[in-house]
Amino acid sequence: MKSPVFLMKRSNWAIPYALFLALFVVIPLFLIAVYAFRNTSGGFTLANFTKFFTQSEALNTFIYSIGIALVTTGVCILVGYPAAYILSNSELTKGRALVILFILPMWINILMRSLATVALFDFMHIKLGEGALIFGLSYDFLPFMIYPIYNTILKIDKSYLEAARDLGATRFQSFTHVILPLSVPGIVSGILMVFLPTISTFAISEILTLNTKRLFGSIIQDNMMMSDTMNYGAALSLVMLVIIGITTVLTGDKGSSDQTALI
Amino acid sequence: MKKILSKAYLYLLLLVIYAPIAIIILYSFTDSKSIGQWKGFSFNLYTSLFRGEAQHAATISSAITNTLIIAVIAAAISTILGSIAAVGIYNMRGKSRQAIQFTNNIPMINPDIITGISLFLLFVSLGISGGYVTVVLAHITFCTPYVVLSVMPRLRQMNSNIYEAALDLGATPSQAFFKVLVPEIRPGMISGFILAFTLSIDDFAVTLFTKGSNGLETLSTYIYADARKGGLTPELRALVSIIFFTVLILLIIINIRSSRMEKGNR
Repeated sequence: MKSPVFLMKRSNWAIPYALFLALFVVIPLFLIAVYAFRNTSGGFTLANFTKFFTQSEALNTFIYSIGIALVTTGVCILVGYPAAYILSNSELTKGRALVILFILPMWINILMRSLATVALFDFMHIKLGEGALIFGLSYDFLPFMIYPIYNTILKIDKSYLEAARDLGATRFQSFTHVILPLSVPGIVSGILMVFLPTISTFAISEILTLNTKRLFGSIIQDNMMMSDTMNYGAALSLVMLVIIGITTVLTGDKGSSDQTALI
Repeated sequence: MKKILSKAYLYLLLLVIYAPIAIIILYSFTDSKSIGQWKGFSFNLYTSLFRGEAQHAATISSAITNTLIIAVIAAAISTILGSIAAVGIYNMRGKSRQAIQFTNNIPMINPDIITGISLFLLFVSLGISGGYVTVVLAHITFCTPYVVLSVMPRLRQMNSNIYEAALDLGATPSQAFFKVLVPEIRPGMISGFILAFTLSIDDFAVTLFTKGSNGLETLSTYIYADARKGGLTPELRALVSIIFFTVLILLIIINIRSSRMEKGNR
């Protein structure tokens, strides 16, 4: 049995996937840019962008979304860091069972989790609105903050801590001078995994605020779903892509490796 | 003291995290219209979910079927495509390897809405109307990178000489592939498949943008439509509970597998 020569070279095995990536990842992203600079009849235009910067609704929502995303990210760091720190301390927690309990919600549909938050608020007779939005978003994204930080702290060489102690550092000093600086990469990937999805969130904000507060993602979705505003929707998506690009460059693309750390 | 405080913090946080889910599970065992009103213990929501007596039972059960069919097909194709790609990428060097790994990361970094919109525009440009095929293709797009990343470590661990030896001893590349390579990377493939399956079931945004307007609904898009109408169909509480426990079991399996794999390598 003879086999084609190119199969013998194993590096060629990636070719089908490379073609797949080109068609379903690279070209579609370019299409966002193409559509963003087009009007409904297909000609070149900048109108979609001038509309974004002059029409207050989209711009205000955009700024509001960034604000909400910053608050959510802050809450997730403040609540998540201590949790990650305690979880990674083997003197305090034995085994992975507790860790799994913390990351399990990551795998439950975000809509269901948001609906569960609504159920909780209904149950406690608390009105939905901005507070519910921030609580719900922090609740939804907290595991994505805890897990990367936990992983980073876990990988810190414990002999650094012993060295710090031997050299006379107090517990607090060894935390602020050793653990905290070394866990920055974890915090950065946590920020990447909380901040970006929060801005682009749609549906969730509608559910948590009974449609009174809208985030940028909802505006994108609304425009995208109608054929006459599709180009404007594409322009808004491009703005989103630019934000992603900036955030990824600023954080040095540390997030991607942690997303699959679960497996 | 420090120990008690730390533990107290963790358990308090877990309480907050699980309270909403616990409330849904609790109220899935009572036949009431809304959460907060308890009408005695019953399995009615579960039985009506399965017997199809719920208000929109037909759509719920078709949404479940669609979700599962899409997840199985997408996970299977992603696993095959991703495993072969991993072998290829592992044997690549230099710039082309960097390029493909970078592109492989894009669907994992991009928020769902961007992946959804970009694929939506692709299908619009190609004149393909949304439906089963587009949703499955979209799911393969965001699932395969995870398969690649879960197969890769197995390749790094295996002795690549075994494959060469098989070829030298007269095996055809396909024999060497199925008899030598696949058994070595199988654990990674299985983890990748489970991961892809879970991601596909869980997806909402990408499905919403690629499902088209022919009435195809998966569970998450159905729940979205239902929640938008105001209020959740009571039977969905039973469904959420079932999904919660299914995910719990799947995740325990993945973790037991990975800790076994770790131990095996020591």
